[in-house]
Amino acid sequence: MTRDELRQAVLGVLKEIAPEADLSRLAPDAPIRDQLDVDSIDFMRLLIGVNEKLHVDVPEADYPRVASLNGLLDYLGARLAGRSAER
Amino acid sequence: MPALGADMTAGRLIAWLKHPGEAVKRGDIIAEVDTDKGVIEVEVFTSGVLEKTLVEPGTKVPVGTPLAVIREAAGAPAPVPTPVTVPSPEGRARVSPAARRLAVELEVDLATVRGTGPEGAVTLEDVRQAVGKTEAPADRGERMRQAIAAAVTRSKREIPHYYIGHTIDLGPVTAWLAEQNRDRPVARRLAHSALLVRAVALTLRDFPELNARWVEGRVAPIADINVGLAISLRDGGLVAPALHHADRQSVDELMASTLDLVERARAGALRSSELSDPTITVTILGDRGVDTVYGVIYPPQVAIVGFGKIVEGPWVVDGRVVARSLVRATLAADHRVSDGHRGALFLAGVADRLREPDRL
Repeated sequence: MTRDELRQAVLGVLKEIAPEADLSRLAPDAPIRDQLDVDSIDFMRLLIGVNEKLHVDVPEADYPRVASLNGLLDYLGARLAGRSAER
Repeated sequence: MPALGADMTAGRLIAWLKHPGEAVKRGDIIAEVDTDKGVIEVEVFTSGVLEKTLVEPGTKVPVGTPLAVIREAAGAPAPVPTPVTVPSPEGRARVSPAARRLAVELEVDLATVRGTGPEGAVTLEDVRQAVGKTEAPADRGERMRQAIAAAVTRSKREIPHYYIGHTIDLGPVTAWLAEQNRDRPVARRLAHSALLVRAVALTLRDFPELNARWVEGRVAPIADINVGLAISLRDGGLVAPALHHADRQSVDELMASTLDLVERARAGALRSSELSDPTITVTILGDRGVDTVYGVIYPPQVAIVGFGKIVEGPWVVDGRVVARSLVRATLAADHRVSDGHRGALFLAGVADRLREPDRL
């Protein structure tokens, strides 16, 4: 999966949670929660949606690494790459 | 038309989801209605056959208007009368003939007029007052703002609030959650909110005067503990739908119910009972850094419990200062119904329960 495909998948989940948000203006390195006014329950819904789409389960200990869009994409890319390397 | 909030006076039927001749059972969604709180699914509270519908889609009717007649299944227990199933034509708002004539003359929609006469009857003066105020704003956000305005204005006008707070050591809860969540997939992980709601609900069993309604000058304790969870909506406004029987739901069940409720509240797909049944409200505002919540009671409820941000702070344990997870719990309660002493005991009870998360 390319980074762009990953981005589209993540933005698709975010769009369901924050349908009114203009995601094209999302600063990629700033925390998602602050920019989109996402509370802790919606952040959980984001990670549940990502897990359903990409089958990557982000453990609680890794939450700080996935706070921004780029952080989340980096993390998912690495986890998916690790999975392909195992095959 | 069910009453879905303290100040809801009318609703517009959007669509019937069941049709005459169809069997219905308790809990089925029978219709959708448009209210100030969004589109709400109306449930039935008895089982039987939908005999006929009494209101056409597109029609706005006052709260209490029968929407349909349901013939009960033979041998079924007697139903609890509800606005949805009452087959009598007596549910219309009481309007004096003179007021009705004036309403026609002034083109006032009686469905939107709140009666101040005997038994809520609409009087001439009510109609005069309503002139120019009956057109609901098209914008849903504005309508919701008005519904909230009406509820909180009534609350602050009628309810003598008292406010108390209690700082709670959440160290045991935070440690317990970290342990629980370590091996759980994300969809089954728990959040602090589930434990906070559970602790409140269990403690309420010992404080029935806080799980009650103030109706016509008297307190009426409610047997069921239905915690209304305050949920902010993304386009402004808020709703506080019920986590039904919160004291009988496990922490896992409360977490699943919370996720479901938040998703449906923000998607505009709540059910009528979720809006009509809360017996107390819990509001958790720590996500945006709030330390302390000073809540406004949602009438006819008599209490609201608030939780602020969970912070690492200094706490004295056995004479030594240590860093602990702390949260400020507050209670705003109706002083006509309870006193600060009982409120303080209630918050202490919540704190006690949160000290032993294994037992929640």
